[in-house]
Amino acid sequence: MSDATLPAMPVSPASRWMGHGSFWLAAAVAALLVILALRGFGSEYAYFAATFVLQYVVLATAWNILGGYAGYVNFGAAAFFAAGAYTTVAIGKALGLGLLPCIAFAALVGGALGLGTGILTLRLRGAYFAIATLCLSVVLQTIVVNWDYVGGSRGAYVIRPREVPWLFDSYSGFLCAVMVVLAAAAVALARTIEKSRLGLGLAALRDDEAAAEAAGVPTLRLKLVATTISGAMMAVAGAPLPYLGSYVEPNSAFGLAYAVNAIAMPLIGGTASWAGPLIGAVLLASLQQAATVTISSAANLMIVGVVLVVFVCAAPHGIIGLFRRSR
Amino acid sequence: MSNLKDDIVLRAEGVGKRFGGFTALSGVNLEVRAGERLGLIGPNGSGKSTFTNCLAGAFPSHDGGFTFKGRKLAGLKAHERARQGLARTFQLPRPFRGLSVIDNIRVPLAYAGRDAATDERAMECLESVELAGKANRMPKELTQVELRRLELARATALQPELLIVDEAMAGLSHTEVDQILALLFRLNAGGTTIIMIEHVMRAVTEFSQRLAVLVAGKKVADGEPRAVLSMPEVEEAYLGR
Amino acid sequence: MDPDLVLLLNGIVSGLLLGGLYAAAAAGLSVSFGMLDVVNIAHPAFMVLGALLVALLWAATGIDPLILSILLTPAFWALGAAIYVAYHHFFERRGDEAIQGLAFFFGVMFIIEVGLVMAVGPEQHFADASYANTTWRLGEIDLPLRMLVPALVALAAIGGLVFFLRRTFTGRAIAAVAQDREALRLLAIDPVRIKRLAFGISIAMAALAGGALVVVQPVDAWSGHVFIGRVFAIVIMGGLSSLGGCVLAALAFGVVENVTATFYGPSWSPAVAFGCLLLVLAIRPQGFFGRTA
Repeated sequence: MSDATLPAMPVSPASRWMGHGSFWLAAAVAALLVILALRGFGSEYAYFAATFVLQYVVLATAWNILGGYAGYVNFGAAAFFAAGAYTTVAIGKALGLGLLPCIAFAALVGGALGLGTGILTLRLRGAYFAIATLCLSVVLQTIVVNWDYVGGSRGAYVIRPREVPWLFDSYSGFLCAVMVVLAAAAVALARTIEKSRLGLGLAALRDDEAAAEAAGVPTLRLKLVATTISGAMMAVAGAPLPYLGSYVEPNSAFGLAYAVNAIAMPLIGGTASWAGPLIGAVLLASLQQAATVTISSAANLMIVGVVLVVFVCAAPHGIIGLFRRSR
Repeated sequence: MSNLKDDIVLRAEGVGKRFGGFTALSGVNLEVRAGERLGLIGPNGSGKSTFTNCLAGAFPSHDGGFTFKGRKLAGLKAHERARQGLARTFQLPRPFRGLSVIDNIRVPLAYAGRDAATDERAMECLESVELAGKANRMPKELTQVELRRLELARATALQPELLIVDEAMAGLSHTEVDQILALLFRLNAGGTTIIMIEHVMRAVTEFSQRLAVLVAGKKVADGEPRAVLSMPEVEEAYLGR
Repeated sequence: MDPDLVLLLNGIVSGLLLGGLYAAAAAGLSVSFGMLDVVNIAHPAFMVLGALLVALLWAATGIDPLILSILLTPAFWALGAAIYVAYHHFFERRGDEAIQGLAFFFGVMFIIEVGLVMAVGPEQHFADASYANTTWRLGEIDLPLRMLVPALVALAAIGGLVFFLRRTFTGRAIAAVAQDREALRLLAIDPVRIKRLAFGISIAMAALAGGALVVVQPVDAWSGHVFIGRVFAIVIMGGLSSLGGCVLAALAFGVVENVTATFYGPSWSPAVAFGCLLLVLAIRPQGFFGRTA
């Protein structure tokens, strides 16, 4: 996957308190505990709600690698997410493969798409980059709408396999466990990047590209690495979507709800650190899941909008920023 | 590579740059010897900063080119030039505002430093500009002169063979100018060639072994400082007609 | 005449009329994004807010939708001024405009849209002008008044705005704020006050565009989405702060979209138009019709 593009030798400042290896181990343990806890609940709804929240953990973490670390705002998160979902549909239909290989393919497609976006937008900064990603999202949606093989505008049905893999009690349980693992891996990968040479270079180019160049940072290359990793991870977040609802159609897969959540979650949590998107995604996605059940689907989007505006106004550095200041 | 017979570290040949219809530089030739302290002066808008930007690779020159340590620089990006040992500071300090002081130094160490980017090495760089005590502060907590010193430390962390110091003294007090000058003399004694672009005449005359003067994008004088400053065309450019 | 040629001519003419609507939608953004450097991604949402208010008022009173939208402009001006005050207070003053400011308007857009769904429902709303079913014919070319009248009103409003920016002291101050804030200070003009005024104008233009939109087509709360990319595309292609460039780009955009729709089907037209923008951004970010930066 994209790990190969990471520099091998981290020069981490903050890994004094925890190395990369121990963090990955901690993430694996956390994933295992979450899976066991959900297994304890064992209800289909718990699986569904957890999968819903965790897909946002992956999406928000992925967005933050480009948006938070490198400072490039991607309004087209929904396009990458949908690219992942449609990779699952297309590969599943063409090769008859199950979810796990489809996730790997989604990573490739998303990475290629991210690299392409990066190359096309190399010279763009700030609002121009953001608008270009929005355009990309429209172009991709148009292609999918006109692509009959994956159902076109009518959408596509995906049938869950009858047999449940390994020791899981239901397919939802399996799907949820896959999502837990993806989320843990995404967070660990984000932290590895943040505390590595790559993260330092991205932070430098976020603050001042010319000064970063003068300090020897290959800004264009780092930007491409960031768009590729971020794109691959966003597509991975979307890959399980067809199995979650057994049905995908372009308007929902490309829905702005994904784009706005991908931005809102890291900003609410705090963009400077791996924990920010994690906190933001868990809070905001749980809130939306609860609102969908208790109020209405319009109301849960309203919540996202209001929370986003309140946070960017009152707490520009997110929940993490509030916490750091009060310390 | 650097053992050239004539010991010339940098050679600019016929460098020209236009912005739209405006000619910012034309036909500038300049040679700098290894270990030299060169002052580059000229009135505002004479092309000093454009020269720096062309040399550092911030944007390409239209005509001519640079040879650094015997290698042509044409086509090399700014970060590649930095890794070759060509460092510059910015006229207004441009720290990485989201990074602590020591992380600001870690960036060049990690990406272009000649040796491992250890904490010790970063602290050494900060000590050389007397900022070691503020290693964990953020740039916004620094004073103007401290920001200038951070800017210098970030450039010297590259262990450059040639350092271009772009107006590091503007707006500083007498003693602050002396501090920066002492620092630059120390660097030069360690073997770094320095081009100083400066308006503060006291600093540039005290520092430079040789002066080059740019007026309206052309080099009008180049030589021993006192001789250059007494040339009528230089006086005219500075005092106006 | 050759039927393909007739089709093409009609495609171009109705594309120009569509372009008139796009010009109305983009003109306000040309002021806020182009001149003030405020990336108001919620601009199309304000337009839809205007459109739905016009539709409601039309259903209640039966007054012509375009006149209603003109009556709405003072209220929208005040709304825009208030939003600018908040934006300036929280972002511009802090120098945090980049990511936080973008997210702020993204959130504002969502609040407007979801608020509209909750207030008037998710279904489409319309307002029929008295001339809506009349079509003038010039030879083989159709000129539906439903498209022509909004386009002409929009162009007249943009003309008025250009006149205001060029000929009045305040207008010139707005144009100057884009270039040199210090110069304004020297003239003892408060740039914040000027920007507040100008941002209000940009939102008032959105109300007018909303009136034009609801005459042309039925509108629902999410209708703004398809306009986000379009209006930014037009403003960028038009060279940001140039209203003339903005109108030219809007007309070109309308023609490209409409001709594509005529010959390849409407589902392809957004991809073609946005493909154009991606190319513009990749090759010539300063736009085609404006001056160079």
